[in-house]
Amino acid sequence: MTKAKAYAGWAYATPTALFVLVFFVLPILLVGRMSVSDWGLFAGNRGWNAPENFTAAVDNRLFWPAVWFTLKYTVVTTVILLGLALGLALLVQESSRWTGFLRTSFLVPSALGLASASLLFYALYSPQASPFPGQISFLGTPWSALWSTVALIVWRFAGFYMLLLLVGLNSIPGDVYEAARLDGAGRWQTFRHVTLPLLRPSLALCTILCVTGSLLAFDQFYILTKGGPDNSTVTIVQLVYNVAFQGQNNLGRAAALSIVVLAALLIVNMLQFRGLRGKER
Amino acid sequence: MSIRRAVAVITIAGLLASAAACGGDDDSATGGGDITAEGVDDGSELTLWTRAPLELQAKALVDAYNKSHKNQVKLTVTPNDDYVAKVGAAAGSGGLPDLFAADIVYVPNWTKAGLFADLTEPIKLLPYADKINQGHLTAGTFEDKKYVLPFILDLSVIFYNKKLYKEAGLDPEKGPTTIDEFKDQALAIQKLGKKDVYGTYFGGNCGGCNVFTWFPMVWASGQEVMNPEGTQSLMDGTAAQKVYSTWRELQEAGAIAPGAKDETGATWVAGFQEGKVGVMPYPATLLSTAAKTVDVGVVGIPGVDGGASTFVGGDGIGISKDSKKNQQAWNFLAWLSSEAAQVDVIAATGSTVSRTDLVDNQYSQKDPRVATVNKVAAAPQSKTPVSVNFQQAFNAPGSPWMTLVRNQVYGDAGGLAKDNTALTDTLAQ
Repeated sequence: MTKAKAYAGWAYATPTALFVLVFFVLPILLVGRMSVSDWGLFAGNRGWNAPENFTAAVDNRLFWPAVWFTLKYTVVTTVILLGLALGLALLVQESSRWTGFLRTSFLVPSALGLASASLLFYALYSPQASPFPGQISFLGTPWSALWSTVALIVWRFAGFYMLLLLVGLNSIPGDVYEAARLDGAGRWQTFRHVTLPLLRPSLALCTILCVTGSLLAFDQFYILTKGGPDNSTVTIVQLVYNVAFQGQNNLGRAAALSIVVLAALLIVNMLQFRGLRGKER
Repeated sequence: MSIRRAVAVITIAGLLASAAACGGDDDSATGGGDITAEGVDDGSELTLWTRAPLELQAKALVDAYNKSHKNQVKLTVTPNDDYVAKVGAAAGSGGLPDLFAADIVYVPNWTKAGLFADLTEPIKLLPYADKINQGHLTAGTFEDKKYVLPFILDLSVIFYNKKLYKEAGLDPEKGPTTIDEFKDQALAIQKLGKKDVYGTYFGGNCGGCNVFTWFPMVWASGQEVMNPEGTQSLMDGTAAQKVYSTWRELQEAGAIAPGAKDETGATWVAGFQEGKVGVMPYPATLLSTAAKTVDVGVVGIPGVDGGASTFVGGDGIGISKDSKKNQQAWNFLAWLSSEAAQVDVIAATGSTVSRTDLVDNQYSQKDPRVATVNKVAAAPQSKTPVSVNFQQAFNAPGSPWMTLVRNQVYGDAGGLAKDNTALTDTLAQ
């Protein structure tokens, strides 16, 4: 390779590298620094404070409830969302005269920002503005608050995951199905032994996206429940926000929590990649 | 669905903070010159931040100031929930506006963090310095230095619906004078059995609302809510227990309007304005608004055996540590506490003046209810609680105070000692 070519290569890579550096590497380094410092929201950096930040973050009375709730929410959302998305994808896969209409109507909610969608549901759920008759308390108990939020998320994201799975479904070659039919496989057998295995890469992608997204849930709970009632719907990211801005005003501890979440997320993703790749072989 | 938002805010705050740390040496020439009682009015542009609930009064004040002065104040109003984060990010970056208001219960925390410039000397120069609301001044004092003046006072008083009182056979000219009378009158309204009309209402999921409305019941009973340092909760006292049991009884009798348990404070004043609530503790700032739709009666918040008290809340205002126009900013503050601003703007919008010598003014003379509010505000039992960790202990969503209140009204009332200890732990941090 000539020198000029090497320089050109660097020049091509520089914009992306700069972007990654400024918007990814630097913030992480900064959060890392904050997490080991006594860093108040108003007071700024007041020197070294590790491992106290981390022990205080984990000792927070809401830490374990938040971890537990986040996991519960993640499992519930992922199971319902992916199950429904797969069903929808199978429904609209075949071309019929309604397919275009159905696909569009499932996908439309994805065009709405999550915050706007949450506000829309906030109005639907509020006793003052709700179009539902009677005094239904959508957000009043821990149980109803969780399911009301899950309903919002399913409505907002089902279309998006349907689209991802649809791409996967359409990439399965038709002759495989033909072969299965010739061998006398029924509908269920075809689905179980042909569609699902060949759809695995798409399902893996959806699972990883959905699990990561749900573990980092914030907007929907911030707007709909504010963690209530009685702190029953505080997710781990909300806890980060609360520690930083709602009372403790302690950026150091909030950053320490963020680092803990980051580490947990890395491990979860690593396990997911490994598990899904292992099965592919 | 993103941690990114939270992390981004933290990150930006941090980036700015480190930037500020590098360039922090060049603003040593702050203000300069001798401070006078009036400050300087030389056509400077000043910036002022406040939170949305005070928009009405803040706009009226800024408009009146801009019309009568060469200095021009630019007002920025931020939603209530975002205000602390906004001020925090700006404080870290050295980007605070010249003037900014703060919920008076957060002021001790913010003065301790050094967000405000020292106003001890200029306040001394004001001829009416000793007439300014003491609750706000005390909250804004840290280590014997004064940092904050009252911006807008917000007081809690009992509002009752005179029309409903007449229908229930109660005396419409007499509101409750003890906690028991409050309960009985609420129950009497409930007994009317009118559709959509209830005895009372409260913010069952709103820490700030119940601080604002229940603390005065304790004070009026001659007891305290915290120790003087604000590090220990006394919310397990006999008067406090009486308050809890009263609301629990009202709840069990079905005399609290539905939705109270989920009420986060967004709509806790709405029911009374629609004429659906008989009697409840209420923000006095909303008198003119509520009086448009309801025939309102006003009394101070009573204690166990009488007395009358109010929570002297609202916002304090100070000059920020980052302001380079201290003299000009002081000109606004000096005007703010003058008769021109207090009577012609604040009293005219129906709010409470923050100077004791102006309590009796043309507007309060017109409306005896305003005079009642002003009289209660001046009572020795009316206070502003001072604690560095107030926000975390009481106002924050899911605070230990909220846990205590909800257990006392809806849950296991036997856990008071434990809940109160949790409150003290947070206060004492």
